[in-house]
Amino acid sequence: MRLKCTVNGEAQEVDGVWEGESLLYVLRERMALPGSKNACEQGECGSCSVYLNGNLVCSCLVAAGQAEGADITTVEGLAREDGLHPIQRAFVEAGAVQCGFCTPGFVVATHDLLRRNADPSEMEIREALAGNLCRCTGYTKIVDAVRLAAERLELERRQA
Amino acid sequence: MEFLQPSTWEEALAAKAAFPDAVPIQGGTDVMVEMNFDRRRPDVLLDLGRVRELADWASDAGSLRVGAGVTYARVIAELGAMLPGLALAARTVGSPQIRNRGTVGGNLGAASPAGDSHPPLLAAGAVYEVASAARGARRIPAHEFYLGPKRNALEPDELIAAIYLAPAAGGQQFAKVGTRNAMVIAACSFAVAVDRSARTIGTGIGSAGPTPLQAPDAERYLAGVITDEGLWESGRLPDEAVLERFGALVADAARPIDDVRATASYRRHALTVMGRRTATWALRDGR
Repeated sequence: MRLKCTVNGEAQEVDGVWEGESLLYVLRERMALPGSKNACEQGECGSCSVYLNGNLVCSCLVAAGQAEGADITTVEGLAREDGLHPIQRAFVEAGAVQCGFCTPGFVVATHDLLRRNADPSEMEIREALAGNLCRCTGYTKIVDAVRLAAERLELERRQA
Repeated sequence: MEFLQPSTWEEALAAKAAFPDAVPIQGGTDVMVEMNFDRRRPDVLLDLGRVRELADWASDAGSLRVGAGVTYARVIAELGAMLPGLALAARTVGSPQIRNRGTVGGNLGAASPAGDSHPPLLAAGAVYEVASAARGARRIPAHEFYLGPKRNALEPDELIAAIYLAPAAGGQQFAKVGTRNAMVIAACSFAVAVDRSARTIGTGIGSAGPTPLQAPDAERYLAGVITDEGLWESGRLPDEAVLERFGALVADAARPIDDVRATASYRRHALTVMGRRTATWALRDGR
């Protein structure tokens, strides 16, 4: 099939897509957007997290055909023109990135959490990130990074 | 592979009639796993994600009609006050990413004995509406829907339309045992629904038998004691021994096996405990 959708604000059109392949495969292999990572392919690890029509989803569980006409935002779409998104900067500064493979998924899931809850408690952070697995950090520094990002974004809002 | 994407219920039923082997897909949280791992390569995939009629819920003459395409996230956000048992179970499904996509209808279609929706739906006496192009709609009570492991009462040309159930008329609770708090398939689970208008107790057992099960002896026993001792009126809790007996009767109704997630004896033990605890909470909730 020919798949048409919007990814990170740009209209995309790709030919030769098999309807049953995952949106993750389309993003990585057909649109050259390798930010979303392919790990478990069963929705367990969250490393392929993207926004699909404004909802946080595992792109490995969306059939390509289901993404026809959809509005998709990947981790590549979060960075700003002047560099990293404050969430990404907070992950680097807090030491929440070790091997880095899970990081894009955590960044997108954190973005979804903070747009709904500007000042989450530790419990709320852990609940919101329960679908994202990290085998390096032990999560403590990821929770620190989310808090730091929340503070930075709050500061930004006050200055705006 | 043929990929069908109806946008109305009528088109969806026509597609299922034309291709009875078509595999319906909603949130993809089960079907895509099987496709990604090459365990299933359907000739026809029937995407129900655009069928508007499935994505709505409505209140009608004291009953709720929840479309088969309503996601767990929406059950929690929009139906939590009316359907607390189902919402509690929905909260334990997967992760935010999974709850944003997965649907109650998909859970029914997969009919896994471990599906989290089944126990609260059994406990609340839900009725499922299924339909075909040829014969129209019919209703199947939840307790007649599950025929075996991953087998349900749907005919090849039928699709699941909606779930009917009454808003809670008393406390409803759900408990689930697994290896962690998120992203877990139940080792076993249990739901209880207290109906203070009908003066009945409903139960649902998950992941401890070839299908989701009810515990009719436990239901009758607890409702009987509450009636005999005047506890519907007084709002007092039954004695601890009564709640323990209820838990034991719940475990007796299970037909568990040893498998990768738990042993049969552990499942029975866990059901004894979950039965007692959830009944205590549910009776306390709705006083």
